[in-house]
Amino acid sequence: MADLTSNFLGIKSPNPFWLASAPPTDKEYNVRRAFEAGWGGVVWKTLGAEGPPIVNVNGPRYGAIHGADRRLLGLNNIELITDRPLEVNLEEMTRVKKDYPDRALIASVMVPCEEDEWKRIIPRIAETGCDGFELNFGCPHGMAERGMGSAVGQVPEYIEMVTRWCKEATDLPVIVKLTPNITSILNPAQAAKDGGADAVSLINTINSITNVDLDLMAPEPTIDGKGTHGGYCGPAVKPIALNMVAEIARNPGTHGLPISGIGGVTTWRDAAEFMALGAGNVQVCTAAMTYGFKVVQEMISGLSQWMDEKGYTSIDEVVGRAVPNVTDWQYLNLNHVTKARIDQEACIKCGRCYAACEDTSHQAISMSDDRVFDVKDDECVACNLCVNVCPVEGCITMETIAPGAVDERTGKVVEKEYANWTTHPNNPTATAAE
Amino acid sequence: MPQTNRENGVSPGRIAPADVQANFSDLHPEYDDHEALVAADRCYFCHDAPCMTACPTSIDIPLFIRQIATGTPEAAAKTILDQNILGGMCARVCPTETLCEEVCVREVAEGKPVEIGRLQRYATDTLMAAGKHPFTRADATGKKVAVVGAGPAGLACAHRLAMLGHDVVVFEARVKGGGLNEFGIAAYKTTNDFAQKELDWLLSIGGIEIRYEQALGQSVTLDGLQDDFDAVFLGMGLSAVNALRLEGEDKDNVSPAVDFIADLRQADDLTTLPVGRRVVVIGGGMTAIDAGVQAKLLGAEDVTIVYRRGQEAMAASKFEQDLARQKGVRLICNATPVGIEGNGSLRAVTFAYTETRDGKLVTLDETFTLPADQLFKAIGQKLGDMPDALALDGGKIAVDAAQKTNLAHVWAGGDCASGGDDLTVTAVAEGRDAAMDIHATLTGAS
Repeated sequence: MADLTSNFLGIKSPNPFWLASAPPTDKEYNVRRAFEAGWGGVVWKTLGAEGPPIVNVNGPRYGAIHGADRRLLGLNNIELITDRPLEVNLEEMTRVKKDYPDRALIASVMVPCEEDEWKRIIPRIAETGCDGFELNFGCPHGMAERGMGSAVGQVPEYIEMVTRWCKEATDLPVIVKLTPNITSILNPAQAAKDGGADAVSLINTINSITNVDLDLMAPEPTIDGKGTHGGYCGPAVKPIALNMVAEIARNPGTHGLPISGIGGVTTWRDAAEFMALGAGNVQVCTAAMTYGFKVVQEMISGLSQWMDEKGYTSIDEVVGRAVPNVTDWQYLNLNHVTKARIDQEACIKCGRCYAACEDTSHQAISMSDDRVFDVKDDECVACNLCVNVCPVEGCITMETIAPGAVDERTGKVVEKEYANWTTHPNNPTATAAE
Repeated sequence: MPQTNRENGVSPGRIAPADVQANFSDLHPEYDDHEALVAADRCYFCHDAPCMTACPTSIDIPLFIRQIATGTPEAAAKTILDQNILGGMCARVCPTETLCEEVCVREVAEGKPVEIGRLQRYATDTLMAAGKHPFTRADATGKKVAVVGAGPAGLACAHRLAMLGHDVVVFEARVKGGGLNEFGIAAYKTTNDFAQKELDWLLSIGGIEIRYEQALGQSVTLDGLQDDFDAVFLGMGLSAVNALRLEGEDKDNVSPAVDFIADLRQADDLTTLPVGRRVVVIGGGMTAIDAGVQAKLLGAEDVTIVYRRGQEAMAASKFEQDLARQKGVRLICNATPVGIEGNGSLRAVTFAYTETRDGKLVTLDETFTLPADQLFKAIGQKLGDMPDALALDGGKIAVDAAQKTNLAHVWAGGDCASGGDDLTVTAVAEGRDAAMDIHATLTGAS
């Protein structure tokens, strides 16, 4: 049986599934329930500076995108950091950590961008016995208007500066949580590394308006006729998060910087994908908010089964395994030729591949009077759209044309040698092949 | 359901009133909003969809389902009604299992089609509940058209003609309109007086007058209609019932199944409707099933449908046959009636087994006898007496592809006309198509 034990920055937890800093980790009550359900760790809901507690709106805080049968695909929120007194949170964290010493307890922090603010609060929080810190440079709503959250995360110099202050204030691991609301994730990641961060976690939520109430003519969630942009998360953001994780993992400057993967992790498979692209562990929020804490049990059993099937004995064997296969477009093999193949036994004759190809692609699928759909090899560019729109999994697949055979579309013999854009004759800046 | 009345003969109140009420509730209950969205989401929006091809009225099914899925059931209803003005009734009574749902790619793939009929009902019911009629009349053409029969064919024809600006007078033999929708379909398929509500809704377009108790050949003649109107559409259905041609057919409690079904549909209180303790139905079509199942639901202790050919030859769909069995009706195939027994009242029916040899049905010597208090004949209906000038084809009014008869300015459609299955949806298509051809003829467009 695979060992799911996680050791992230020296912080041990029985599995790599942590709850992200968010409403599910705002109180002792919730966190105890999470640990009882089996979560490996929690990042406590972001703590702010001492003083009058944060105020939240009293109207709706969440908006959502639904798929079929109201399956929640994306969630957005305008909730701020914890609105409970700092002292209460610290007491609760202390009690929880004492009762669950084998679980990871990370403190998420967000205070104004002043050195003494950070250096005062970090040691104080450390007294709870927490295992590390996560600096919230990510939240894109509300707090950002006050110069915190993503307002910091969007300025690499601030990231580096604050990270350094915190590293100076504690010996515990410091994770910097990054905002995706930037043009390149590499600059903030590099800044975190330069500031001495032990790891980055990403992504925080994406600026968003989920819906517009067409009667009120106002964005949702709507507060007294008005709405504001909120942070988007859930299954819908996973592709964006995976790319950002992979970019950091494969970039020479940031390669090797530990990553805590966040963004739409809903099943064990999502977690495995994040880890394959370089995440040492994952953080989850929306899945727990949608289904309750029990979902972690599927994540644990699924990851364990998959690792056993693949022969992976520890999490470390999985982490980063797909990173070498993430590359730039220019290095993709242009001599790799595939064609769509339709399994006529599996085909249910819905004709979606035909409509998609005929109307929006390359007119490479034929339709007979009795609804038999066939690929025209002399037109198929192997775009994969038919595979993607086919409702039957595995019905349409891409077949690799063996070297030596003729690609009927180009009339050329498929070559065995790897060749990419950098050496292609059509590329004005091509370098001659050696 | 416990039997409360085991008396022989034909009598009412065989089971508790609450059981009767429950038995005659909606066969396919209406969807609520969420159920409709989930059901609609199963549609793959097929290219050149097989369901649409299978629909006799060619409703754009993928489009209307997508309109439901995107929260606009009223627009979905318009898509349906554009093609089939009786889309509400067809949603309830169409044998979808042999039409659109049979060819649904999800039926082929999973044995579980998109529930097109129920979705259609959701859309049309939503629109009708809002009291909306999405069609308006074109400018008046000054032309007058007579429609004979206020059944599905006649109503579809009348509505389309009214929409195109013609004035329509419908001559209906009975005291109520709707035809088989009102008198001929099992009650559990169309509850809450839906046929009349749909009729009223259909008429709300204006320009259609219905004259009741005006049977062709009695109060009105085809010659007279031809003289008084610019065009005539015949959609009077099949008014006569085939006979068994057996001695004893005139005994008490031997009657056409269509009469039983009509009585049942018109009854104010089903608990007062008499039914036999042991009921035998002869026939293999929808009428036989509707009569047999309803007799059982009324509280008959024992109901047997006997069909002279093999099960595969039954006109009733597999779904209908299964429904009958599920309700406790026995189906016997390959047996034909040879004797009706009883002294004044019916007591038993004797059948001989049959066999099909070289495509011919052969009656065998071996017989069996079923005790029976009531016998329903459901061996088909036929056209009533028609004017001699009207050409017939296979016992029905001969029509061409545009529903034209051999007589100038006379069209026909529905069960009384040749071609097509005897289905509500087919009648609607034929009535609609006839209206389009009448319009083209009267306006000189063809």
